Amino acid sequence: MLVLSSGEGLRPRRLVIKDVNRCVGCQLCMLACSRRFAEVGFAKSAIHVRSAGGVERGFVVVVCRACKDPPCLRACPVGAITQRKGGAGVVVNYSKCIGCGFCREACVIGAVMWDDLSNKPIICTHCGLCIDFCPHGVLGLEEVC
Amino acid sequence: MSYIRYLSKVLYIDLTRKTFWVESREDLFSEWLGGIGVATQLYKEEIPSKADPLGPENAIIFAVGPFTMAYPLGSKTVAVFKSPLNGYFAESHAGGRSAAAIRLAGYGAIVIKGASERPLYLVIDGNKVLFRDAGTLWGMRSTETVGRVLRDATSGAGVRTIMRIGKAGERLVRYATVITETYRHFGRLGLGAVFGSKKLKALVIIGKGGFKVPNPKEYREVFKEIYETATKSPVMRKYHDLGTAANVIPLSKIGALPTRNFSSGNFEHAEEISGEKLAEHVLARRVACSGCPIACIHVAALREPYGDEPYFYKTTFISYDYELLYSLGSNLGISSREGLLKLIYAVEEEGLDAISTGVILAWITEAFKKGLISEKEVLAKPDWGKYEEYIKIVHNIIKQPNEFYKVAALGVHELGKKYGGEEFAIEFNKVEPAGYHTGPLFIASLIIGARHSHLDSGAYSMDQKLLKAGKPVPEVKEGFKMIYEEESWRQVLNSLVICLFARGLYKPEVVLKALRGLGYRFRSVDELKELGKRIYLKKHLIKLSEGYDPLKVKVPKRLLEVKTALGPVNGEYVRGIVKEYVTTVREESKKELL
Repeated sequence: MLVLSSGEGLRPRRLVIKDVNRCVGCQLCMLACSRRFAEVGFAKSAIHVRSAGGVERGFVVVVCRACKDPPCLRACPVGAITQRKGGAGVVVNYSKCIGCGFCREACVIGAVMWDDLSNKPIICTHCGLCIDFCPHGVLGLEEVC
Repeated sequence: MSYIRYLSKVLYIDLTRKTFWVESREDLFSEWLGGIGVATQLYKEEIPSKADPLGPENAIIFAVGPFTMAYPLGSKTVAVFKSPLNGYFAESHAGGRSAAAIRLAGYGAIVIKGASERPLYLVIDGNKVLFRDAGTLWGMRSTETVGRVLRDATSGAGVRTIMRIGKAGERLVRYATVITETYRHFGRLGLGAVFGSKKLKALVIIGKGGFKVPNPKEYREVFKEIYETATKSPVMRKYHDLGTAANVIPLSKIGALPTRNFSSGNFEHAEEISGEKLAEHVLARRVACSGCPIACIHVAALREPYGDEPYFYKTTFISYDYELLYSLGSNLGISSREGLLKLIYAVEEEGLDAISTGVILAWITEAFKKGLISEKEVLAKPDWGKYEEYIKIVHNIIKQPNEFYKVAALGVHELGKKYGGEEFAIEFNKVEPAGYHTGPLFIASLIIGARHSHLDSGAYSMDQKLLKAGKPVPEVKEGFKMIYEEESWRQVLNSLVICLFARGLYKPEVVLKALRGLGYRFRSVDELKELGKRIYLKKHLIKLSEGYDPLKVKVPKRLLEVKTALGPVNGEYVRGIVKEYVTTVREESKKELL
């Protein structure tokens, strides 16, 4: 199991973008996220960094923002997505998931990533591992209110 | 799939027949790691020693290595090709998203051969290679616009590299660059012209994959350890804060900042174009290559009013590095930051190598002032500090409106040969040097380094260390040994492939441990160093077999006259090191054959 970077984890927390303007586009958060699955690369990452139309304009960091009433959950036809306790994001039950992609379409910010190999969604679990590998203080954990 | 096997896929693309295929080259990747080790072997296989650098028989080879994306600062791609600038084996490195894209598209190397009859760009998306018409992009004014168009025309935002050439590459200017992610370059030795000769306008690679590591626990631990050192260690601090521009003032102070065509090592206006002043006045943003926590790319914002309408401005974003501040700044006597940035922008738009261009502009200025050439040839009035004139000249290098500019497009060596003033045409084996007038080891290293780059062996830093320690220049044999050992070790780093700015982090013991974390079984640091020497040897033997004779390379007279940080350079001493190099490579290669 992964340990919350804050060390606490008693109250539900969600991953937040504290200040996207501090992002230099190094993508170490994406690499950290993939390492959870003993992988090098971007394939398993639930967080995505791209330029805002050319690196000179800065970066966009896309990750699940733990909606109170998640559209991805409502879009799932087989009930594979449920909300975490306290509202800290969602959990995907991969045994139930049929890989239809409705959740991906439902997310307006594009935070439902896709694993091409298993043809299933990847959604941030708000574990906070990426924060430890963000060298410029872009990411943080915040209590769900 | 084993770690090495995953890295071993080589994508071959034939531009003449518009076909591609993939081969597993585990033979190469298990013996030579990756990066320059593997690229050197592919070069040997693909490029005949008599190949015309601008003919279809030349090939473009990109390679990444076992550390690419696996560890922090494993962020660089190695490119090898035959240089149209000097006709020999050439190597150039760049970061941006290039290494991530190649590796995560599932390849260890990409070989592009042949030539297209009409302009095209390539899109590599996983298993597919698309050959797309680039008729509309050909001749486009700015490399920035080409990038913008391709961003919209292809998918993979965030996980792709967009390598492109400017008009310099199209017009076969021998020192044209390939630009990637707007601010990074395969800068030296004319890869842009090789792209142009193949009618290859751009190369988009989309890489979003991933691969398993054999020892996850060990791997994660080593990753974290390297990451912590990278982010906390003072070794990386200078790249982080002011970037490479931090070198301007210290180098000028010790008399090693080439100024006004290397006529001095002190620039009286160094402070104006220093990293400190640039950060204070124009620095707008810092950017990183994929996988690098440092973010050394410093981007300036230049705000300019349009003269024809009040309150109407444009803002341009321009990146700066030490090498540009020397070549387009101090070496041209430019102290205006705004002027310097405008000149950099012109060079970037056209897709020229900034170092070569700066050295050429400096020669033009001096030759003009001495009356070797006139306004009839130059079509401008170059003078130190006059950036408007330099911008005109830069655009003319591309337009080539007369015979003079046709020669200028071939490099400073050809200019000196044709118009005189060879003594102040600053080049080594036709390559314009990086900006370190530090001492004899640096000068020697430019003759015997495989790519005539300051990064071959870092001899500019050896000179500076001697100065700091108050030590005399070492004996010839020892001097050569220092360069040889360091360049050999750097072959290992360039095979892994890491950014050489992180060389202080990746000490031999760390490399050994990091390799183990990925399942490589190297027994000792010595074994790694031995491999480095073998790669060094292979690379240098190729160059010598192409006819390169280092003993014939003349050190420009100017560099022996103007004292360096370590005082005047003794030409005989430099020659001694070159002789030592030739003997060593010959002897070692005999051993290698046994």
